[in-house]
This record gives sequence, C-alpha cells and structure tokens, in this order.
Amino acid sequence: MKNLSALSVISVSLLLLFLLVAPVFLSTYWIITLTEILIMSLFAMSFNLLFGYTGLLSFGQAGFFGAGGYFAVLMLLHGPESLWAALAAAIVGSCILSIVIGWLCVRLDEIYFAILTLGFGMMLFTIAHNWRSVTGGSDGLGNFILPTVSFIHWRISLSHPKHFYFLVLAVTTLGAGLLWRVVRSPFGLLLRAARENSNRIDFVGANVRSVRLLAFVIAGVLAGIAGALFALFNRIASPEMLHWSFSGKAVLMTILGGSGVLIGPGVGAAIFFVLEHLITMFTTNWMIILGAILVVLVLIFPKGVLGSALNILSRKK
Amino acid sequence: MDAFLINVLNGLSWGMLLFLISMGLTTVFGVMGVLNFAHGSLFMLGAYICLQLMRWSGSFWIGLLLGPPVVAALSVFIERFLLRPLYDRDASFQLLLTFGVMLFLDDGVRILWGPAYHVVNPPEMLAGIVHIFSQSYPVYRIFLVILGPLVGIALWAFFTFTRWGKILRAAAMDRQMAEIIGVRVPILFTAVFAFGAWLAALGGALAAPHQSVGPAMGEHVIIESFIVVVIGGMGSFPGAFIGAIILGLLNSFGTTLMPNIHNALPYILLTVILLTRPKGLFGGET
Repeated sequence: MKNLSALSVISVSLLLLFLLVAPVFLSTYWIITLTEILIMSLFAMSFNLLFGYTGLLSFGQAGFFGAGGYFAVLMLLHGPESLWAALAAAIVGSCILSIVIGWLCVRLDEIYFAILTLGFGMMLFTIAHNWRSVTGGSDGLGNFILPTVSFIHWRISLSHPKHFYFLVLAVTTLGAGLLWRVVRSPFGLLLRAARENSNRIDFVGANVRSVRLLAFVIAGVLAGIAGALFALFNRIASPEMLHWSFSGKAVLMTILGGSGVLIGPGVGAAIFFVLEHLITMFTTNWMIILGAILVVLVLIFPKGVLGSALNILSRKK
Repeated sequence: MDAFLINVLNGLSWGMLLFLISMGLTTVFGVMGVLNFAHGSLFMLGAYICLQLMRWSGSFWIGLLLGPPVVAALSVFIERFLLRPLYDRDASFQLLLTFGVMLFLDDGVRILWGPAYHVVNPPEMLAGIVHIFSQSYPVYRIFLVILGPLVGIALWAFFTFTRWGKILRAAAMDRQMAEIIGVRVPILFTAVFAFGAWLAALGGALAAPHQSVGPAMGEHVIIESFIVVVIGGMGSFPGAFIGAIILGLLNSFGTTLMPNIHNALPYILLTVILLTRPKGLFGGET
C-alpha cells in the first residue's frame, strides 16, 4: 500500500508536469481539446464527491454547472468586466443555490435522491430556457467581452487559447487539491462512513444530513466554477448546460475513469473525449458505442479504467 | 367551458398513455427494485416497430398486436444477460446500466430509422373527428380515453384474481418470503421485466398515431413517467393511475393557462410531493 501511495504521488506529479509543458508541443486544436477535458474533469470530480465518496447519485449536477455559467456571463454583461468578478458571481450564486436545493435533497437517498436532484436540475433548466428577458431563452447568453487579467504588471488576454488553457489548468488543479484535502480529512472519512452505513453515523452522534449537505455544497460550488469556465470557453452560456443529459455526461466520465479514485473522473473525461474523437471519425452515431461501453464497464469493470488498473497494480505488489 | 372540457380530454388521452408506460415502470420497480432508465426507449421502440410492421402489412392493428411482443422478447435478453449479474450490487449500478442501454437503444433507433419524424395515421375505424361540446375533436384521442380505464381494469383484475397476479404482488411485498414459499424468483423477474417492456411498447404503439414518432420521444417520456411513478408512489398501481391523470391534466392545462412555466410544473409537483410525502401519494399501501 505504501508503494502505491508513493506511486500515486509520482504519477500525479508527472501528470501535472505533462499538463504544464503540453502547450509547448501541442497544436492549437489539441490545446483547446485539453482545455475542455480539464473543465469537464473538474465538473466530473465535483459530481464524484457526491457519487463515489458520499454514495449519492445526483442527476442534477448540470444544474449547478449551468447556473455557474449563467451567473458568470450575467456578471460580465451587467457588472465589471473582470474575470474575478465573474468567478465570484459563479461561486456565490452556485453556493446559495446548492445550499437551498441541497438542504431539501439530502433528506432522501438512493433512487429518491437521484430523482429529486433530476427534478431540481430540470427546474433550473426550465428557468434558463423560458426566462427569455434575463437568460436569452434557447439562444443562450453570449455577446460578452472576454475579460483581460492583470497579473503583477502584465495584462493577459484570455482570448488566446494558451492563456485560457493555463487559467483552466490552475483552477482545475486548485479544485482537485481542495477535493483531495476534503476526502483526506476527518470530514472525508465521515462522508465515506455515511456512504457505507448512514444509520451508524447517526448512532455515533454525527448528523448525516449536515455532513451530506456540506458535501453537496462543495460539489455544487466546484460544478459552478467549472460551468463558469465552460461558458467563457465557449463564449456562451446555453440551456443545454443545465439539462439532465449533461449531468449524464459527468456520470459517464466518472464510470469510465473510476469512482473510487480522486482523479478517476478526470481520466474518464480524457478517455471520453479521445473516444469521441476516434469514433466520430467513422460514424456520427457515437452514443450507441458509448452506451455499449458503459454497459460493459458496469458489468465487468465497475471500478472504471483507472480503478481497475490500480487494482491490478496493487495485486502484483 | 368548452375549452375546459377539451383540455380535460387532451389531458386524459395523454394521461392514459402515461398510465400504460408508468404501470410497466412501477411494476418493474415494485417487484425487482430496479428503476429502469431505458423504459422510455422501450416505449419508443414500441412506436417504431409498430410503424415498421404497419409499413409492411398496411394495418395498424397488426403493428399494435405484434410490435409489443417483439420489444418484450428483446427485454428478456436485457434482463437475463445484463441486469441479472447486478442484483447483488448497489441500486445505483442498475440505474447506470439501464442508462447505458438507453443511450444504446436511442442511437440505435436513429441509425435504423433515421433522425426524421414520422407521422402515423390512425386506423380508418378511428380516423376523423367527432363533434362534441360544439367543437370537433379527433376520434383517436377519445379512443385512448376509453381504452385507458379498460386496460387499467384488466390489469387490476389480473393482479387481483389470477394466480400470476397474486404471485407478483406477493413478490413485490416481500421478495425473500416469496422465494421461501417456493416462487421461482429468477423466472419471475424475467417475466416481470418483459411484462413491463410489453406495457411500455404497447403505450408506444398506441402513442404513434397520437403524436409524431421520432428519436426524442423516449427521452421525453421517461422523465414524465418517472414523475408519475414518484408522485403515485413507487410500486403502487393505483398511484400510477392517479399520477398519470394528474400529469396529463397538468400538461394540457399548463400549456393553455401558464404557457411560460408549464414545462416546470411537473418538476415543481415532483419536488413538492417528494419533500412532503417521500413515499408518494399511494406509497406504503401496495
């Protein structure tokens, strides 16, 4: 086990090093793809704090993702043209939303939790879709000016793909670091304990609901940040970002990579995009293949690609 | 007043289709504990296979009669080879598996029949319009409004009076106890899953002349039938009936009275019910 944790430190450092130097030798196309992978990684990891660590399957995570996107764009359109203001709007907005919705959702678990989060997510979707005067309806909300970032005495334009890539890399790394701290803390232990046996957690004196609510809010805020980056990345916040099928993407990526490892969903996001890239070269109907892959993974490799690989490694030791 | 009654009829005709679909969903959940995400896709498959049989034979009735058994046969395969290995695992994994099956079937339909929408004409007997409440109204929808309760009564009689129906209710109430007194649960599960799929496909075939047939119809209906099942109480048969009528009426009245937020109404109802009566209106009294 000790070897394994040393191994994971080394491999995570290598991964970070690769991500830092990747823009030097990658083409612009792949830099943009990598940016999207990193954003979706943060989104999927936020989902997995609930699914993998707390045992709550949320089908409404896209609601917070999309809401974060809309809050950021609304701030850019009506407030100061500042990246920090936009991110702050996404954080505060998704935090308030996830406190309110989470407070109601954590009363239930298992399938009821999945359906309740689906319901709330779709309510947010309907608001984004129908409140035309504020959200632009089905057209989405675009036409904002991408802010420039002042860093010491440089002014950095985010419209350059490389600059945006480094912003996303920094935010996603911070988010992953935060999640790592959370799951390693006593609180993280409580989350896993609540997943295994929530009655017992109640008996030993911890409050399952408030433990779950805190996890829900952390996940909601991280999803909101990812959504804000996604809206800036695409230059538009659109209702599709809140639809339950978008939540399904986070589910897919997490299952692909593995729900038991912190960066599993990130690996899943990378596999997702590479598969999409490869399969759409041959056919436009790539969902049929993704569906088949999901079925095989659930049946044979429920720990996902990364989880299964780690299993094999640790068995050898 | 006339508009009101037309709204009621519209709501009831869609509600009756929802009832058939939700009935399958709720039976599968009640007996097997599996929430089937692919149920909407089976509904859609029912509509498409009915359409295809209609093209070959020229008769809607042949499609209605033979289509649903084809879908039921497919679902025997799904239950036997995909779901069965997962019964010991967490309920989330069963949901995820059916989610994968849904993606597969939805895109499969798109490959086989193309992304376009198809219009299915109702059979001659039920085509045309009648004049009621000094308005003209499609006969086919009235047929659905009458058929729904008939199917409901038939299902009720099946569950109450036949041996198989009693076994099903016993298994829904207490799976282990049913197994102990000699019910062969594996075969029962296969039968229940196929029965649920048959109901979904029957709903799909009946929906074909009611709305246009397209690759998005499954995705739309699965969420609505989830809501019906949750409102009525998961596993509850009268709950599915009442829930379907409520949702059908909410749909028709919402569209005319509150066009801006009518899309959100089912979700608002869902959350209110889940938070005040988590087991649904008829939960806990199967």
